[in-house]
Amino acid sequence: MNPVVMELTVRGLLGRRRSLLLVVLPLLLLGLAALTRWASEGSINASSGLIGNFGMGTLLPLMCLLIGTGVIGPEIDDGSIVYLLAKPVPRRSILLAKLAVALATTVIFAVLPIVASTAIAGDEDLRLSSAYGLAALLAGFAYTTIFVALSVLTRNAVIVGLLYALLWESVLGGYVPGVRNVSVRQWALAPAEEMLGFRASGWGVSSAVTMPVGLSLLAVVVIGATWWGIAKLKTLRLAAAD
Amino acid sequence: MSAPTPPPAGPPAVPPAPGTGSPERRADVIHDIGFRHYAGERFGRGWIVRSLLVDTVRGVFGIGRPARTKVMPWVLVGILLLPPAIIALSVLLTGGNELPMSYTEFLGQFQLPLTLFVAGAAPYAVSRDLRHGVMPLYLSRPMVRTDYVLARLGGLVIALFAVMALPQTLLMVGALLAELPVGDQLVGWAGGLLASALLALLLGVVGLAIAAFTPRRGLGVAAIVTILLVVTGVSFALSGIALDQGADELAVLGGAIDPYRLVDGLAVWILGVDSTIPEFAVTQAWQGGLFALTYIAAIAAFGGLLMLRYRKAARL
Repeated sequence: MNPVVMELTVRGLLGRRRSLLLVVLPLLLLGLAALTRWASEGSINASSGLIGNFGMGTLLPLMCLLIGTGVIGPEIDDGSIVYLLAKPVPRRSILLAKLAVALATTVIFAVLPIVASTAIAGDEDLRLSSAYGLAALLAGFAYTTIFVALSVLTRNAVIVGLLYALLWESVLGGYVPGVRNVSVRQWALAPAEEMLGFRASGWGVSSAVTMPVGLSLLAVVVIGATWWGIAKLKTLRLAAAD
Repeated sequence: MSAPTPPPAGPPAVPPAPGTGSPERRADVIHDIGFRHYAGERFGRGWIVRSLLVDTVRGVFGIGRPARTKVMPWVLVGILLLPPAIIALSVLLTGGNELPMSYTEFLGQFQLPLTLFVAGAAPYAVSRDLRHGVMPLYLSRPMVRTDYVLARLGGLVIALFAVMALPQTLLMVGALLAELPVGDQLVGWAGGLLASALLALLLGVVGLAIAAFTPRRGLGVAAIVTILLVVTGVSFALSGIALDQGADELAVLGGAIDPYRLVDGLAVWILGVDSTIPEFAVTQAWQGGLFALTYIAAIAAFGGLLMLRYRKAARL
């Protein structure tokens, strides 16, 4: 961790046009949540449907993608990463600093809006909000770490990440049940399902895996992606821009 | 810029002898250091636009670019071609009497790979020129701003149309080989191509307008994908809410903000085909008319935005 790198990353991430999308998307979710509440009069199932499908299924992966590919991808893209890599700062701490900024941004711009919009759309004693909040936190950490590692790995990080997050998890998961066992969203929903207990099935919160399996796979993915990202940053080769 | 070799231009006119000072001094030469001038035929504006268009189409598919840029477009083309091939084979082998997926439904079913294709292609077409600040160089040729934008847009739209039309054609060939009624299949296929053309134009304009706002390719890709996916999500959420409220006719209109549902609605209205999403199918003429107006307004708005952007692009 290096405070200067963190500061530079924050400026790069939030000082550009990217930040516009980061603000607009959560506002959109909050607006839809308000609309859902007005339309369904705070029904928990409608709330769970909105957050489960749109919030967890579309918005969270997209936000994590924007954040994860925004902390290091542009610098690799335009080649200015060499000035950072040439400084006597361990590459491990460069990547960890950028990852820390990305995770903090994910919590503020993706996880908190999901909690708030669940509460707005309809909830009972904040049970659904906290369950979805936990799931969003876990999934957000995993997605962001994966996407940061991916953007060190390939220039096509955005498209590869989307192919995974949407085609693999949503489309293939719908047709091939086995795919659902290998999906960040399902792993993250496992603790949420456990938290809601007997209410989970009625509210439409369900996961394909059990909680210990989900949590350990999440840990493996987060640690593995971080390690892989650091290893790749150590041997980064800059290709010509295309 | 790898345009095909131009046709032979005929023997170049004999230039004035170098070094001895040309008989008539050319107005466009600042300092004549005595080199021989190019006096052959110049192809001019139309040829430049054509070259730029061909270059865009080729570049979108990675032709004439390094191998790693070919991976993504062709993987997506593969993802789009595989299901029609499987469907065609299954109809051929099991001898069914209709295709399990209509031609216009194909566009709705495979919107994710199509979105990703647009997102990869549109920033490629414009963001490099903006990032490297070469717009003034383009504009120093006998080509105007509008030509540049139209050539890039035309190339992108043609590439998108090809990507949509190819799987549908595969589906049609499979259907004909399985001896399904020829007339029906050809009409359905032509309708599918019409819907593809409408969708390619809309996605091309929207994608290019978003991509042109940032010189960064990565952000361009992310922004296009995010906007297209979120718009789809929001349109379904709005339609769902309207349906809950019992406003079925309003629920249909939720589709107007999503390009894929908009074009699907137009296809349903114009061609009378089945909708991809039966519960939100366009049933009434005023809904169809509103969809058509939205389509035209969207093309005009994003096209205008694109042109507006390029009025300032040279100063980036």
